[in-house]
Amino acid sequence: MGNSVTDSSSGRVAEKKRHSWLIGFLIRLVKEKPLGMVGGIITLLLLLTGIFADFIAPYGVNEIHLGNFLAPPSARFWLGADNLGRDILSRVIFGARISVIAGLAGSIWATTVSLIIGVLSGYIGGKLDLIVQRFVDAWMSLPSIILMMVIIAIIGPGLWQLIIVMGLTFGVTGSRLIRSAVISVKENVYVQAVEAIGCSTPRILLRHILPNIMAPTIILFTARVPNVILIEASLSFLGFGIPPPAASWGGMLSGMGRYYMLQAPWMVIWPGLALAIVVYGINMFGDAARDILDPRLRGGVGRYGARVKKEATIKK
Amino acid sequence: MHAYIIRRLLSFIPTLLLVSLLIFFLINLIPGDIIDAMQAETPDVALDRASLERKLGLDKPLIVQYARWVGIARQADGSLSGLLQGDFGISWWRKMPVLKLVALSWPVTLQLGLMGLIISQLIAFPVGIYSALRQDKLGDYIGRSFAILCISIPGFWLGTIVIVLPSIWWGYMPPIMLIRITEDPIGNLKMFIIPAIIVGMAMAGMLMRLTRTMMLEVLRQDYIRTAWAKGLRERVVTLRHTLKNALIPVITIIGLQAPILMGGTVIIEQIFSLPGMGRLILSATLHRDETLIGGIMFIFAAVLMLINLVVDLTYAYLDPRVHFK
Repeated sequence: MGNSVTDSSSGRVAEKKRHSWLIGFLIRLVKEKPLGMVGGIITLLLLLTGIFADFIAPYGVNEIHLGNFLAPPSARFWLGADNLGRDILSRVIFGARISVIAGLAGSIWATTVSLIIGVLSGYIGGKLDLIVQRFVDAWMSLPSIILMMVIIAIIGPGLWQLIIVMGLTFGVTGSRLIRSAVISVKENVYVQAVEAIGCSTPRILLRHILPNIMAPTIILFTARVPNVILIEASLSFLGFGIPPPAASWGGMLSGMGRYYMLQAPWMVIWPGLALAIVVYGINMFGDAARDILDPRLRGGVGRYGARVKKEATIKK
Repeated sequence: MHAYIIRRLLSFIPTLLLVSLLIFFLINLIPGDIIDAMQAETPDVALDRASLERKLGLDKPLIVQYARWVGIARQADGSLSGLLQGDFGISWWRKMPVLKLVALSWPVTLQLGLMGLIISQLIAFPVGIYSALRQDKLGDYIGRSFAILCISIPGFWLGTIVIVLPSIWWGYMPPIMLIRITEDPIGNLKMFIIPAIIVGMAMAGMLMRLTRTMMLEVLRQDYIRTAWAKGLRERVVTLRHTLKNALIPVITIIGLQAPILMGGTVIIEQIFSLPGMGRLILSATLHRDETLIGGIMFIFAAVLMLINLVVDLTYAYLDPRVHFK
C-alpha cells in the first residue's frame, strides 16, 4: 500500500499522498488484478488511438483508392478495403476516436443529468420528489433503445445529437441510484448540523452532499462508459446514429457493410471485433478499479479483504 | 396481498397517463407529419392538405388530438375511440389497425424474448454458482471473464458473424421467411435458436455476475456454517441452503432486464429478418408512422409495468420474509 502518509497538515504532503495513491493503485492493479491490468492497457490503447488517430492511421478516413474496391486484406491494406476502396484499418482507427468521444462525453453528460435530478429530487424531497419520480417512472418504463430511436428521429442523427440523447436517457435512469444515495446521506447528523447553522441550500448540496456521494457517482460513471460506447454503435448500426461517411464502428456494420458482407466479410468483422475488445477491456478495467477503490467492497471477500481486516485490527 | 395487487394496478393509471403524454408529445416533436410522409410516398399526386388534415383530425389543437388519442374526447365522427377504449388507431403506412399489426408480430418477439430468457439462465446459473464456489481460483477467473465477454460482445456483430461465416464456409443461409411454430415446430425452433442464444448471452453476463455475488454473500451466512457443521453433503449445502436464498435478488434483476431484453430483440430481429415488434417499430420510425410508433411504445410500457408487478409478486412468493401491505 502506497498511502502510508497520514500527516495531511501541509499541502506538499497531501500532494505527495495523492501521487503515491495513484502509484499504489497501479501496483495493486498489476499485482492483484491481472485481468484488470489487461483491461487497463486496452483502455489506454483506445484513448491513445482515439487521440492520435491522424498519426497512426496509414490513410485518411475517407481516402478513396480507385481500383481497390472490396480489396481483401493485403500488405497494402492490412484489414482490406471497403466498397469505395477505403482502407478498413484506417477507418477502424478513426472509429476509435468516435468511440472515445461518444463514450466520455455521453457518460459525463449522463452522470451530470443523474446528479442534477438525483440530488434535487432526493434532497428537496416532498412534492417535487413525488412528481419527478413519477416522470422517471414513466421514462424508465419505455425500452431505452426505442426511446432513443424516437428522439433521434426528432432531432436528427449525428455524433453530438447522439451524445445528448444517450446522456439524457441514461441520466434519467441513473438518477435513481444518486437519489437513494442522497437520501441516505441526508439523514446524517452533520447535514442537520449545517442546516441548523443556516447554510444556504446550494452550499449544503455542493460542500456536504456532493462529496459524500462521490463513490456511487464514480461507479455510475465507470459503468456507463462501455455501455454508452455499445449503445452508440448499436444505434449507428440501426441507422439512428452517426450518419456515413463518418467511421463509426456500428455504422460500418450496417448499410454497405451489410450489403457486401458475403463478398467482403472483412468489412464487418474488424469494426465489430474492435468494438468487442474495447468494451471488454473497459469493463474489465472498470471492475478491477471498482474493487480496489470502493472501500465498502473491500471488507468481505477475497485474499485482499482478509488482509485489510487483519491490518485494521492490528492498528487498533 | 390482494389489496397490494389492486393498489399496484391502480398506480399504473397515473404512470400510464404520464407515459401516454410523454409518447404523444415526443412523437409530435418529430419533424413532418403524416401528410408530409404520404406526399413523399406519392410525389406525383398533389394531396389536398386541408381536407386530409380535417379527415385525420390534425386541424385541431394538440391537446384535443391527445385527448382523442387517449379516448377522453370524441373523435371527428362523434365516437369515443382511443387507448382507453382499446382502439390504437390505424397505421397509415400499412393501412391496418395498429392492434392488428401488433397481434401479428408480438408472438415473434415473445418467443424470442422467452427463449433468450431461458437460455440466459441455462448459461448464467451453472457458471455463476461454479464461479462462487471456486472463488479466486482459476475456474472463477474463467467464469468471470466469460461473463464480461458476454456483456461486451455486441449482439449485432455476433449476429452478423453468425450469418456471414457459415455462408462463406458451408454456403448455409438462415431461412428468410418466418416459420410459425404452429406449422412446423422443429423448423421454427431451428430458426429461433441462434437469435435466442445471442439475445440470451447479453443477459446471461449480468445474471452470472449477480448469481456469483449473491452466492458469495449467502455462503458467508451463519446458517451455512451451521449446515456445514451438521455434516450435510456439499450438494445439499450449496444447492438447497445457498442457491435457494441467493436466487431471490436474481429474480428481481430479471425484471429490471426486461427493457434491455426488448431492446436487444429490436436489433436481433433486424439482423435475422424476424418480423417481430422490434422490426415493426423500426420501420414505423423510418416511415414516420406516428400512430404505429405511439401504439407500440404504449404497449411496450404497459407490458414492462406488468412484468415488474409479476416479478415483485414472485419475490414475495419466494421469500417468506417479504410482506406486501
